[in-house]
Amino acid sequence: MTAHGPIETSRSHGARADRFFTWSTACAAWLVLALLLGAALSMAWGGRLAFQTFGLGFITGPEWDAVNGRFGALVPIYGTLVTSAIALLIAFPVSIGIALFLTEIAPRWSRGPIGIAVELLAAIPSIIYGMWGLFVFAPFMGANVEPWLTEHLGDWPILGPLFDGPPIGIGMLTAGIVLGIMIIPFIAAVARDVFAEVPAPLKEAAVALGSTRWEVLTKVTLPYTRSAIIGAIFLGLGRALGETMAVTFVLGNAHDLSASLLMPSNSIAAAIANEFTEADSELYRSSLIALAFLLFVVTFIVLSFAKLLLLRLKRIHGRTL
Amino acid sequence: MKKSFWALPALALVAACGGNQPADKAAGSGAAITGAGSTFVYPVLSAWASDYAAQTGTKVNYQSIGSGGGVSQVKAGTVDFGATDQPLAADELAKSKLAQFPIVIGGIVAVVNLSGAEPGKLRLTGPVLADIYAGKVKTWNDPAIVQANPGMKLPGAAIAVVHRSDGSGTTFNFTHYLTQVSPAWKAGPGEGKTVAWPTGVGGKGNEGVAGYVKQIPNSIGYVEYAYALQGGMTYTALQNAAGNFVTPSAETFSNAAASADWAHAGDFDLVMTNAPGANAYPITATTFVLMPTSPANKANSKAALDFFRFALEHGKDRATKLDYVPLPATLVQQIESYVGQKIK
Repeated sequence: MTAHGPIETSRSHGARADRFFTWSTACAAWLVLALLLGAALSMAWGGRLAFQTFGLGFITGPEWDAVNGRFGALVPIYGTLVTSAIALLIAFPVSIGIALFLTEIAPRWSRGPIGIAVELLAAIPSIIYGMWGLFVFAPFMGANVEPWLTEHLGDWPILGPLFDGPPIGIGMLTAGIVLGIMIIPFIAAVARDVFAEVPAPLKEAAVALGSTRWEVLTKVTLPYTRSAIIGAIFLGLGRALGETMAVTFVLGNAHDLSASLLMPSNSIAAAIANEFTEADSELYRSSLIALAFLLFVVTFIVLSFAKLLLLRLKRIHGRTL
Repeated sequence: MKKSFWALPALALVAACGGNQPADKAAGSGAAITGAGSTFVYPVLSAWASDYAAQTGTKVNYQSIGSGGGVSQVKAGTVDFGATDQPLAADELAKSKLAQFPIVIGGIVAVVNLSGAEPGKLRLTGPVLADIYAGKVKTWNDPAIVQANPGMKLPGAAIAVVHRSDGSGTTFNFTHYLTQVSPAWKAGPGEGKTVAWPTGVGGKGNEGVAGYVKQIPNSIGYVEYAYALQGGMTYTALQNAAGNFVTPSAETFSNAAASADWAHAGDFDLVMTNAPGANAYPITATTFVLMPTSPANKANSKAALDFFRFALEHGKDRATKLDYVPLPATLVQQIESYVGQKIK
């Protein structure tokens, strides 16, 4: 009996600590949800004047005229989606290539240094990418790449209009490529980590059955890591959608709708960064906040789409990494 | 156990109280004047501020957050003065209980990246400049440009138009000028710190526009004079209201300032573009200071006025060195009497 006393109290103490721990972790998790909801609501509230004034036309309207107080978000939405799509188109194959090389092909001694170099790329502030884009990459695009594209692809039936325009070096294509370079380290770093997690026996078994490197990649490594890779891609995509400074430098910041990738456009984040300080009318400021809300919605839709895709894949192929 | 549990917050409280006292004192003694607004005026204002601090020990803390920000900050009373490139109208000043006066003059120049063109040699008229920015004049050998430049070899290349992407007092003055010289521009994009540009790419800040113009062949943009000079850019001569083609310089800017009718502009609400003088440069810009007429902190308000008096009377060399134009003496006198009447 006497021995029971201390044990009892320490047990109840332990239970209390456990409850406290449960509550504090729950609070941390709820805090994220509350912040998310709070941010979304405050942006919707701040943008209510724009939504009231223009209704659905705010999303479909191509006009952005501060003098006459007419605002439509079509151009920034279009620019955001197109530049992010180009970025992904470039970043995905390159990142997977980097990750595969680092885990499968590169000599063991070189894996560390190259891996660190990739991670360092992720640490470069985006404004550096922007300035490099403006001072080095855009002139190169304008002098070499864009004239070639216009000359060789400009007359093609479907692709032609995409590459038809003045070779000024600044525009959606340049912005998309710079964004692509920016998100490569993010996708590559995650991809490398998950590729390293693929059990060696699986790969060895495939090799023993006579698979080539390519077959091991497409039949073992990629299917095994599918979910994680899709997660990495959407991490990069999320970053591309919201990237501000680098895009501001090379996108051209013009509210013009154009099919050509060589023409300047605008993105949601760049428009807000450019125009918020001097947005002096109530409606103008509200429209910019409404733009921020739309970026939130666009990102949410894209991420939900990714989640749905994952669920579908899980149903068809079963669980993966 | 209990004691040490409460000790930490108690200590923090004591420290916070103790720490607050000297901070309050510093603010109360008026040792620092605060201001916010125009980025256009920032280089000269900060140079004046360091001169003034060296002479008197009074510090001026100026945040170049943009004209619009300066206006809203001074209206909210968070700063002692605001600075804006777009003057406020008399009724708005009265409503917000603000006084307004000009502080320094600068110029906005059209810069081009055109092989073979030298600074000040290419001539443009106001309506042609407006048509270029409207996308109506598309190539450099357009008859309208050729006509103003007899004997000059102009390429048939397409003109790449560069404008500001951010809201800006520079854009306000530039579009204000285009509105005055081109009825089509007035009916179309109009004037403002940012407008719906019919064509072109947008650069962020003067440095963004300058960077684009330097890199895009056959482009045209508009920047502050100082940026064009420091960047070694090719600026153009512009036709003024008197019909003469003038190149930008300190002299032609002050001609514009002298020919502007300041005496009859209530609260100095005057934009000097398209000034009438024979040798006046057509796109000059003025930065205006905004101060509350009955300030909450009278000591700081007086200190700020002393600083501006110093700047207007002893800061002329500084301004000239930085490619601004000091205000003419008659205008400084008008400001003195205006400030004496308005700010109590």
